[in-house]
Order: sequence, then C-alpha cells, then structure tokens
Amino acid sequence: MTAVTESRSKRRAIGQRSPWFHVLMIPFTLLWVAPMVFVLIVAMRPFSDIVSRGLSALPATLSWEGFETALTTGGIGGALRNSAIVTVVAVVLSLFLASLAAYALSRFRIPGRTVILLLMLAGNLLPPQILLIPVAKITEALGIYDTLFALIIVQVGFGLGFYTFVLHGFMRALPNEVFEAARIDGAGPVRIYALIVLPLARPSLAALTALATTWVFNDLIWAMTVLRTEDNFPITAALLNLQGGFVSQWNVVAAGAVIAAIPTAVVFFIFQKQFVSGLLVGANK
Amino acid sequence: MTAAAAAERTTAPTSGGPRPPMARWARVFRRVPWVVWVFLLVPLAVEAFWVFWPAMNSFSLSFTRWNGVGAAEPVGLGNYQDLMSDPTFQTALRNNVIWVIGFGGLSVVIGLALAVLLNRPGRGIGLYRAAIYLPMVFSLAVTGLFWRVLYSPDGLVNFSLETVGLGVLERQWLADPDVALYAVLVAAVWRQVGYIMVLYLAGLKGVDPSLEEAAAMDGANRWQRFTRIVMPQLRSVNAVVFAVTVIDSLRTFDIVWAMTRGGPYNSTHLLSTYMFEQGFTLVNLGYGSAIAVVIFALAIVFIVSYLVRSIRQEES
Repeated sequence: MTAVTESRSKRRAIGQRSPWFHVLMIPFTLLWVAPMVFVLIVAMRPFSDIVSRGLSALPATLSWEGFETALTTGGIGGALRNSAIVTVVAVVLSLFLASLAAYALSRFRIPGRTVILLLMLAGNLLPPQILLIPVAKITEALGIYDTLFALIIVQVGFGLGFYTFVLHGFMRALPNEVFEAARIDGAGPVRIYALIVLPLARPSLAALTALATTWVFNDLIWAMTVLRTEDNFPITAALLNLQGGFVSQWNVVAAGAVIAAIPTAVVFFIFQKQFVSGLLVGANK
Repeated sequence: MTAAAAAERTTAPTSGGPRPPMARWARVFRRVPWVVWVFLLVPLAVEAFWVFWPAMNSFSLSFTRWNGVGAAEPVGLGNYQDLMSDPTFQTALRNNVIWVIGFGGLSVVIGLALAVLLNRPGRGIGLYRAAIYLPMVFSLAVTGLFWRVLYSPDGLVNFSLETVGLGVLERQWLADPDVALYAVLVAAVWRQVGYIMVLYLAGLKGVDPSLEEAAAMDGANRWQRFTRIVMPQLRSVNAVVFAVTVIDSLRTFDIVWAMTRGGPYNSTHLLSTYMFEQGFTLVNLGYGSAIAVVIFALAIVFIVSYLVRSIRQEES
C-alpha cells in the first residue's frame, strides 16, 4: 500500500467512522428486528387472509380480530390484570423489604453482615428448579396454593437477595456526614431510613424497579408452580394456554404475544436509562 | 455506625478479663437498635422460608419416591441410580452441554462484536443499540412464541430460505428432532445478545483508549489491538459473563417449554424442563427433586465463583 492510504488508515485507527459501518449495520439491524415486525404483521391480519394467502404474505387488509379474540375468548385480558397486580405488589413489597435489609446491613455493625449479605445473594442465584417442588407443597400446606398471593410472596422471597445486595452496595457509599448530622438532630433509625436513605437511594431504586418489573412480569416458572386455575394465570402462562387453544390461528397467537410484549417494551422505552443501568448493577466493575 | 462505635468505646474500658460469653453476645446485639434487627430479620425470614427451607427440602425429597399423596417412601440413592440409566436424562444432560456452549458461545461472540462496533459516538448508534437489546425486555415465553410463528411451516424462516433459493433447507424446524434444539437455541441467543452487548459496552467504557492509540502508532493492526490490548482489560466482564451464562443456561426453562415442551421425542429436553415434567406433569416428586439436585450441583461452582467476585467487589 502507499504511504498515503496507510497514514489515513492509522488516523482512522481507533473506531473512527468507516463508510462500511452503516452498510454493515443497517441490514444487520433490520434482520434483527425482522422477527418482531413479522409477528406484528401476522397479529394484524385477519385469519381469513392468513388462510387464503399464506402466513408470510404481506397483509391485504388489517384488522384487530386477532387482538380482540386474544383479549376476550383467549383470556389474555384477565391475565393482563393478574400480571399487573402481581407485578406491582411484588415489586413494591420486595424493594421495600430489600431496602430495609440493605439499610440494616450497610449502616449498622451487625455481626457477620457480609456472610448474611452473600447468603441472601446466593439464594437468588440458586436454580429455581431446586425450590419448585417444595414451594408448591408449602403453598398447599398453607392453603394459599393457586392464589395470586402465593405467586407474589414467592416472587418476593426469590428476588429479595439480589435487590438487597444491589441496594447495600449503593447505601454503603452514601456519605457518612449526612447520617451523623441526622443523628445529632435526634433522628432515630426509622426516621433516618424514611427521610434520608430512601430519598437518596432513588436512582438505584429506580433502576431496580425497571429491572424487577420486567423480571416479575416475564416470569413463567413460578406461575406454573403455584397456580392451577386459568383465571389466576398471569400473562406468560395464559399465552401458553392460548397457543394450545388456538392452534394454527397464528393471528391470535401472535396478537397475544404482542400484547404480552407491550408492557415491558413500554417500561423499556420510558426507563431506558434506568433499565440499562439496572442490567449492569451487580455485574459491572 | 458511629453510635455503635461510641457504645463500644464506653463499654471497652470496663472489660477486666474474659467476660461470660452471654454478656458479650448481649453487648453485640445491643450495639444495633432493636428496630434495625427487625428491618433485617423480616426480609431474612421471608427469604429463609421461601428459598433456603425449600432448597433443603429438595435434598431430602430426592432420596424418596413420592407421588405427593400419603407419605414419601425413602429409597436412598435409588433416584440417582435410576437417573444414570435414564436415556431422557442423558439426552437432557447432553443438550444442556450443547446449550451452555452454543447459547454462551454465540451470544458472547455476537454480543462482544456488536459492543466493539457500537462503542463509539455518532449518528444512529443509539438506534442500533436499542434495536439489538429490545428483544431482551420480552419474556422468554413471548420470545418462544415469536419464533414459533417464524418457524411455522410457511413462516418467515422457510419463506426467506425459499426466496433466496435455499428451498432445500426448508423443514418443520420444531418438529424435527435433529434440528429442534438448535432452532430453540437461535431464538434464545437472539434475546440474550442484547444483554451481553450491554455488559461489554459498559466494560469497554473502562478501557483506556491511549493504550490502543499507542499500539496503533506502533503498527499493531485492528485484530492485534483487540486481542492484546482490549481483551485483557475486559477480564472482569468476561468473568461475569461466563458465570451468568452458565447459571442462566442451567436455569433455561421458559423458552424451551414455550416452543417444544421438550419434544419432539424428548429431543429438546434440558435438565430444567425434564425436571419440571417429572415433578409437575408426571408427579414423580422424588425423581424430579433428584434432577433438581443435579442442576444445583452443576450450578454451585459458578454460583460460588460469582459470590467470590462479589465479595472482592464489596471489599474494594
């Protein structure tokens, strides 16, 4: 090569813009989003159109038929409500409990606190499979089997360790001066928690909320473990039922999947920053 | 913390010799206000009851034969012996190995490549990134359904193959025991890549650009700079990705259940789906627990390595 091209390539060396970049990335990205676009199109086609012109044809007409069927006879409407209840209650409750534990472990000299913290984290890392059978039996014994309450409490128990670990890391880094000042003003542990720790921990609580919401909303295995009645199913479990009940009615199945994807997609677009930072908590550095 | 320290200071001078252990414990406990003990013990009790207690129960259940009614019949190591000669268990185990390597390998290679490509400011970068990690906000069940639609006999996959003249490759992807597992794997990788990319993008932020510039001046080419300069600085991200991938692989359940339920002919069972089928569909609670214990045993090494890393991070 000539000296000129060599020096140019050197100047461009560290990740500078090359003309090939977009040429490469645009088709790749389109390929990446193709599955989502395809499912969306299938969901918006009337069943008769799919039958007559094939699944992969471009839509001749658009209709809400698939969505209507999924929401009503498909039971997705009720499932959406169940998921909303479980998600909101479980996320609020588990973050509340985790923040209490994290506060205790990060700001007080509790004997063996590192061990306690790591034990709690370890609980969340356990493969859930090892808990399923006993958890099902425990909920039966307590008489809460097949209730949303059972699903909520199980979600809380399983998520607590990770949330506590993340919040602990954040609370530990809060400046000591704030706490000393509050203590001199006569504030007790409860007031300090409510008036200082919680407001200061808002960024990490926000990130965990975004993350926990998608986790709880997306859960399938716990729902299948503690629920039996279709009316109690959250959306993921109801989706699998829909798939069984509307075999080859692809527009209904696709519509159900799209409906189940919308809430988490909305959380993602609104809280993109918090969501991404949530993905990184406990993993970075 | 300071109150606790102060409390300690006031009590310290009174200690003449070794005090009775009871008093020492009382002092340790009093150092922390009682309400703070409540703050800690309530969440801890919830987790102990719903996580640690059931986990221990699984171990004892795995030594029994039980259909959920009446008393469990102790069988010692019987379940484990049965597992060794169970062809479906062997398939599941082998599939899990394929899954760890395929799922981990593909999502790491693609995710890392994308992170390196997209680790720059500029027009459209945010859009590319968002498009790539959007799938990971969908549940695995939704991902499974999306791909069921794609893999259906006249779905997008077969349609595309035919369009580009590769019609010979068309098949019933999820009904063919030879390819079904890989078909599910592709769907899982599609969802996971965004997460791995986010992790590496964060890691690349901590990479010192001046080192790379210096290497470039010395005539190192792109590949050399990447392998010799960038990769070594990503070591800690690699460790996280590795542990997370293996733990996730052993947990994988939803996507297989949504797409194939372990079929056709048990060809796509992973340990987790086989465990679920045994425990909940066939109600072999002891046998299912034994499979769960195997999953746990395989995961524990990686769980511990993750915890050790976390300790170091906590202490630094």
